[in-house]
Amino acid sequence: MANSTLTKQRSEALGSTVALKSAMAVTGVILVLFLIAHMYGNLNVFAGRQAFDNYSHHLRELGEPMLPHGGFLWIMRVVLLASVLIHIYAAVVLWRRAGRARPVRYQVTKRVQRSYSSYTMRYGGIGIALFAVFHVLHLTTNTIHPGGPSDSPYERMVSGFQPEFWYVTLFYVAAVLAVGFHLRHGIWSALTTLGANRQSRQRSLNIIATVIAAGLTIGFLLTPLSVTFGLVG
Amino acid sequence: MNITLRVWRQKGPDDKGRMVTYKVEDVSEDMSFLEMLDVLNEKLILEGEEPVAFDHDCREGICGACGVVIDGEAHGPETTTTCQLHMRSFSDGDTITVEPWRAKAFPVIKDLVVDRGSFDRIIQAGGYVSAPTGTAPDAHAMPVPKADADRAFDAATCIGCGACVAACPNASGMLFTAAKVTHLGMLPQGQPEREARVVQMVNQHDEEDFGGCTNIGECAAVCPKGIPLDTISQLNRDLLGSLTSSQSE
Amino acid sequence: MKDIYIEGDEIRDEKAPAGPVAERWDKRRFSAKLVNPANRRKLSVIIVGTGLAGASAAATLGEAGYNVTSFCYQDSPRRAHSIAAQGGINAAKNYRNDGDSIYRLFYDTVKGGDFRSRESNVYRLSQVSVEIIDQCVAQGVPFAREYGGLLDNRSFGGVQVSRTFYARGQTGQQLLIGAYQALERQVQAGTVEMNTRHEMLELIVVDGRARGIVARDMVTGEIETHFADAVVLSSGGYGNVFYLSTNAMGCNVTATWRAHRKGAHFANPCYTQIHPTCIPVSGDYQSKLTLMSESLRNDGRIWVPKEAGDERDPRRIPEDERDYYLERIYPSFGNLVPRDIASRAAKNVCDEGRGVGPGGLGVYLDFADAIKRMGRPAVEAKYGNLFDMYQRITGENPYELPMRIYPAVHYTMGGLWVDYDLQSSIPGLFVTGEANFSDHGANRLGASALMQGLADGYFVLPNTINDYLAAGPFENVDESTPEAEEAAEAVRARIDKLLSINGDRTVDSFHKELGHIMWDYCGMERSEEGLRKAVERIRELREEFWQNVRVLGENEELNQSLEKAGRVADFFELAELMCIDALHRRESCGGHFRAESQTEDGEALRHDDEFAYVAAWEFGGTGEPPVLHKELLEYEYVEMKQRSYK
Ligand SMILES: Cc1cc2nc3c(=O)[nH]c(=O)nc-3n(C[C@H](O)[C@H](O)[C@H](O)COP(=O)(O)OP(=O)(O)OC[C@H]3O[C@@H](n4cnc5c(N)ncnc54)[C@H](O)[C@@H]3O)c2cc1C
Ligand code: HEM
Ligand code: HEM
Ligand code: SF4
Ligand code: F3S
Ligand code: FES
Repeated sequence: MANSTLTKQRSEALGSTVALKSAMAVTGVILVLFLIAHMYGNLNVFAGRQAFDNYSHHLRELGEPMLPHGGFLWIMRVVLLASVLIHIYAAVVLWRRAGRARPVRYQVTKRVQRSYSSYTMRYGGIGIALFAVFHVLHLTTNTIHPGGPSDSPYERMVSGFQPEFWYVTLFYVAAVLAVGFHLRHGIWSALTTLGANRQSRQRSLNIIATVIAAGLTIGFLLTPLSVTFGLVG
Repeated sequence: MNITLRVWRQKGPDDKGRMVTYKVEDVSEDMSFLEMLDVLNEKLILEGEEPVAFDHDCREGICGACGVVIDGEAHGPETTTTCQLHMRSFSDGDTITVEPWRAKAFPVIKDLVVDRGSFDRIIQAGGYVSAPTGTAPDAHAMPVPKADADRAFDAATCIGCGACVAACPNASGMLFTAAKVTHLGMLPQGQPEREARVVQMVNQHDEEDFGGCTNIGECAAVCPKGIPLDTISQLNRDLLGSLTSSQSE
Repeated sequence: MKDIYIEGDEIRDEKAPAGPVAERWDKRRFSAKLVNPANRRKLSVIIVGTGLAGASAAATLGEAGYNVTSFCYQDSPRRAHSIAAQGGINAAKNYRNDGDSIYRLFYDTVKGGDFRSRESNVYRLSQVSVEIIDQCVAQGVPFAREYGGLLDNRSFGGVQVSRTFYARGQTGQQLLIGAYQALERQVQAGTVEMNTRHEMLELIVVDGRARGIVARDMVTGEIETHFADAVVLSSGGYGNVFYLSTNAMGCNVTATWRAHRKGAHFANPCYTQIHPTCIPVSGDYQSKLTLMSESLRNDGRIWVPKEAGDERDPRRIPEDERDYYLERIYPSFGNLVPRDIASRAAKNVCDEGRGVGPGGLGVYLDFADAIKRMGRPAVEAKYGNLFDMYQRITGENPYELPMRIYPAVHYTMGGLWVDYDLQSSIPGLFVTGEANFSDHGANRLGASALMQGLADGYFVLPNTINDYLAAGPFENVDESTPEAEEAAEAVRARIDKLLSINGDRTVDSFHKELGHIMWDYCGMERSEEGLRKAVERIRELREEFWQNVRVLGENEELNQSLEKAGRVADFFELAELMCIDALHRRESCGGHFRAESQTEDGEALRHDDEFAYVAAWEFGGTGEPPVLHKELLEYEYVEMKQRSYK
């Protein structure tokens, strides 16, 4: 008799597209949390040089003496790096897969409801990645130093965003906007991926995503702009 | 009214295909889109040109056989099936571009006809309840809360047309898959195999070269049966649950 | 009369056991030979069709361990036309405790069939109906439920009890998806091999047994031969002989007609059901007609203007100038009279020139009163989806304007003759669902076709086909067997012929013309004179078809005109037999109304003395008159009376 019933092959599903985007969601969320913390840190700039440098310094002392000097920061960096790499890996795999899934393109295409954010996820992401690299070289390692090198993170930043370096500021602004868009869809998408979406909640999830994305964008923009426009420093 | 059609013509699976332009005169606005194509085909035959091949059967919006991309929208401007789209949705002098579903998992057979066998194989992988004929208890043995029954029904209305795939920027078949997972997953009858079902169906979905879903939502926007987007979220939930659950292989 | 057909000897159903009707099915299941599970793998069955009848049979026989090969012409088995059924499926569950019972369903069906069906079969159908619902629920078919979580029922087609199970307006779809899933499960298990986009074009008969089919791969054009120990035809109805019908565009008679030409008797071909509530034709480009659920007649009122040719906006026609003709003629049943009666009444008023809409071919179905009485929200809740469908198709808003409806061909009670085991007159050829001449006699009750299709496939065939297969496996046949070669050759020759004519008329233009002939002379009202004319016209048109049709392209590709051409060619031959059957049956019964046989007030008049039989037609040879075999019908349980709905 052919009364076969279903048995599951879990191992195969661990590499499935759904698993991939879940990884993307989880790492995405980690990155978002980092950005929130990071934004908070940046806003210290309004408390003046001392506060900001202390904060930066404090980052490195966090967890001492349990952790060696800078230990926490390194853990954080490892986690961040891992997340970004996993995130990018998943994104790239899905991206290439999508390409293969539609070998012949449409002559005419039309967006029925999709948002600009969802539309720009991938290229936006790349932009963000490139920015992140530049950004770390600029403000963390200080290898790039428009306004001249300095041991004080505050210095680096304030000098970096001086009006004569308007293009630096502009680049940051662009990057932050990119992040904003990325997260507008990203956060909604992450929540859906992780199973939070219900017909009844669809609206609220979108609102949450918009609020967080907007909040981060504005929060991040404040620092460089206020420096450039001379409100700080 | 008079219509100019730009239609995808492809002799067979191996032909590379091209867009060809035709004129269709005095089209009535009460015609369905397919009836307009019938008129074109009758004309072509008399002119000695092979008629445009397109899939269709019930012409009532229920069998899921029909489906073409019209001016970049799966099933055209109204949210209904191509056979239920009427010419009154267009206006005199329009130029209408007609293309087949585009996806690796839906290879073109001829003109606007594609092979959707991949959908059947996703169902074969687990889109069912194992209920051998004759073994069923009385239908009232297992009451189902109306809310669950209704949600199951909403998902069960999927007609397997493939518009979701055609519209998805990733060419993902996730809405179709999720509709079945949700239909059976909401019902008590579907519980015993629930975990295995979602795993097997998603595996098959991936094997068929559909793209992955990244929650873009075009699928639900064009679905003629209004399959809700949150079925995909439910599928994700079920899959993650199944991957982490203790239930053995 | 005898000029156009020959009368052969009587036949009878040898398989139905004698004794109390309630015990016959048990008896048969007991007397039928069984096949030991170990041997089933060695036995193969071909099933043509994946509708309710075919998919359920394939799933069940596959599960039982037989070696099944299935065919359908669509790209997926899930698209069989069963999918389009809206209203519901009957079952004698008596969940409503409103006095329903197996016996009552049996009684209603025999009476509804106007005493032209077999008591044994109908009783079995009613018995099995109960199990169908259980089976479907177990598969996850989402029938409508009440807040208590139990299944909901409605009364359907004017019956007094609520025995119809439904799934919104999509009962057929949900039932078919259930059967389809069961089928795909067996495909996965390797017991069923599914061939989609394959059209059966010939039956292979070897030493008097059905042993296989010739099918065309509709993608590559390859002509394939498939062999098995038994062949099951579940290929649906032939309503498309009328060109316009509520059937899907692909519905055809080819599978059954080819079997008929190979010796299977065709029973009661003239019994067609014409459904009263369809959306009227809007122009000559019309390709098919859309049915709207009969349930609309529960609250809508049907009327036409009293004056012929009254062109006014219906809303401006005052009450006293409207004729609610059904309520007038049939006070006790009013708008709920059976389908055939409602349809003919509509035809009559339109013939009087009082029809409305394009070509005067329509009557109003008015919800103004219902909206007043129940309020618009209630009406929306109950009929919203139907109203939307109507508006999408006609562009008119039925909440404002009364709907326009007209009868359309909907179902064919006729089909291949089968015995109690569902075996045709060719040993090893079984026929299920709408394709057989079924259990509906001369008229089918609403919500009974789904029931019959699933009864045949899930429960009847799997318990009778074993009696035949027990003698198998039969000796090996393959494409080199002369009969097989011959059949395949015939198919190729036919295709070549169609492609080589290259005349100057399209297939559709012929099909349309054939449809007009059938509708005018073999439709709702038939007369000696009309039918004779029809036979003539059909023969002429067939002649012209074979000389003047134009089919482009070649066979070795997907070629939709070629597919159509083959189907239409068979419709021509069927159409002629339908007219001959209608001509010979000089009585009015069920869906068959003969102008010569009516009461003085225009009601159908049966002649049980002369015509209480199944007309099983044997193919007489191309161009030769068909041979009539009568199967006399006896009624031991239900007393024969004239139907009256006054
Ligand atoms: C619009 C509409 C509404 C209806 N509503 C109801 C209702 O509410 N209640 C009810 O009880 N009944 C209803 N009916 C009737 C009922 O739906 C049908 O009678 C029943 O579903 C027929 O099922 P079937 O399996 O016999 O045939 P179908 O479902 O028609 O299946 C035929 C199968 O045969 C295959 N096939 C046909 N010819 C060939 C060939 N030559 N080669 C290969 N394959 C072939 C097709 O691919 C298909 O798979 C309705 C019918 C219509 C048209
Ligand atoms: C535009 C506003 C921003 C400002 C003013 C800013 C400022 C800074 C500063 C001063 C540092 C160095 C901290 C230190 O070394 O103590 C830093 C580190 C960093 N920033 Fe930003 N940042 C901004 C936006 C962003 C964005 C949008 C991202 C992510 C996409 C980001 C990612 C990082 C990372 C990854 C580090 C390195 C953390 C580490 O490893 O130490 N920053 N940022
Ligand atoms: C560095 C290069 C990056 C690329 C190429 C990238 C790409 C993508 C893509 C394609 C998605 C959509 C996938 C999906 O919706 O499932 C996505 C989602 C997401 N991205 Fe990124 N991203 C990048 C960086 C980032 C960064 C720096 C953050 C955090 C600030 C981030 C946060 C997210 C989030 C939260 C999601 C939602 C996850 C989900 O959709 O389930 N991404 N990313
Ligand atoms: S989900 Fe919607 S669009 Fe996709 S196949 Fe089903 S009905 Fe068609
Ligand atoms: S459009 Fe595509 S990405 Fe997912 S939500 Fe729909 S399948
Ligand atoms: S033809 Fe059946 S859904 Fe369009």
